[in-house]
Amino acid sequence: MLVAKPGLDGHDRGAKIVARALRDAGMEVIYTGLRQTPEMVVRAALDEGVHCIGLSILSGAHNALFPRIMELLKAEGADDILVVGGGIIPEDDIPDLKEAGISEIFGPGTTLQEIIEYIRSNVKL
Amino acid sequence: MLSVTELVKGVLSGNRRHLARLISLIENEDSQAQEALVKLYKHTGKAHVIGVTGPPGSGKSSLVTKLTAEFRKRSKTIGVLCVDPSSPFTGGALLGDRIRMQEHSLDDNVYVRSMGTRGHLGGLSRAASDAIRVIDAFGKDIIFVETVGTGQSEVEIIEVAHTVIVTDVPGSGDDIQAIKAGIMEIADIFVVNKSDYPGADKKVTEINTMLDLDPRERVWRPPVLLTNSRTGEGIAELADKLMEHFNYLKESGLLEQKGLQRSREELQSIMKYKLTQELSHKLQGKPEYEKAIRMIAERKKDPYTVAEQLIAEFLLSEIR
Repeated sequence: MLVAKPGLDGHDRGAKIVARALRDAGMEVIYTGLRQTPEMVVRAALDEGVHCIGLSILSGAHNALFPRIMELLKAEGADDILVVGGGIIPEDDIPDLKEAGISEIFGPGTTLQEIIEYIRSNVKL
Repeated sequence: MLSVTELVKGVLSGNRRHLARLISLIENEDSQAQEALVKLYKHTGKAHVIGVTGPPGSGKSSLVTKLTAEFRKRSKTIGVLCVDPSSPFTGGALLGDRIRMQEHSLDDNVYVRSMGTRGHLGGLSRAASDAIRVIDAFGKDIIFVETVGTGQSEVEIIEVAHTVIVTDVPGSGDDIQAIKAGIMEIADIFVVNKSDYPGADKKVTEINTMLDLDPRERVWRPPVLLTNSRTGEGIAELADKLMEHFNYLKESGLLEQKGLQRSREELQSIMKYKLTQELSHKLQGKPEYEKAIRMIAERKKDPYTVAEQLIAEFLLSEIR
């Protein structure tokens, strides 16, 4: 599992809490750290051979960055990797992000258990 | 699903995704992994494997990042394997070494892979040595292997690395710590990182004093270097020392000697593993086996005699 922070926001408490919860759920979680370009996220996912990418974003740039990550994954033939997102993402943006290939978006108020269960039942191992 | 032949071909021709896939198969102890390793074996043995070990927070990942930058300037290609601990309770792991290495993440000549220990002790994961081999076959000139943050006795790194760097930081314990057995004995190069912290020179002196007392007659006395991963101070000197140590191993014949020793140990450990597998496969679930276990627990039989009997029976049945 890769937990990634694409773009220019400097807050990763949420990403770290999710990473920790997934760890406690028995997953091997690689955290990229802050300020990653889509290229860096995809390279890390491929080199590490992950099954799932979790993108955390609070900056508002999700409409640009999420679809770009999906494009790069497709170009590499790696769109079988489950990609989920979370952070501050307006309801109205969600349909387009799903259209671009993001499987699910988790907004504020989501429980850690919901995220864990979603990944467990949707990831292709 | 890729075939083993495709995977091997991919790894040898520099396909990163095939490399990543094969390392995952090795980690998961997939039967295809061994097939691939059999085919790749003759392509291995070229890389300089450098182990980096030391306590948590002593700057191992940052040091590897800086060394990677230095060796890239010298046109070397780099593989990095970082091992972090897995939870003994859930099996999960948080692999965070990659965070420091992101400056190289888009360099095609650098491959970074993280691994959880998955219950293995000794500072590495069970899959580490095979993963190193695959990165070697992939064609990287230098492979850094970063162990988990070590305490005092996780010394398994000497079995896989040609050169071992032990990192320490100023202010970590007194001079008694420096003369304890274990990790302090395995270094080919000592690095006192965070050289801007108070007590850095004192730490260097303590380690040097410990080395003065070392009764082993060694041509290579481990140098003690001061580095600063933030400013890059001491990194070029460390890179020079690493090359110097590898040349020393080659010219003194130690490299060949270590290679033989390693092959012997590896063969023995594979045979031991296979024999144990075969044996437990044969015995698992057999009523007489379960009965013997119960008798041992009830003190009606002792485990030493039972073990000898079972092994003798196993060997006889194999001969027949």
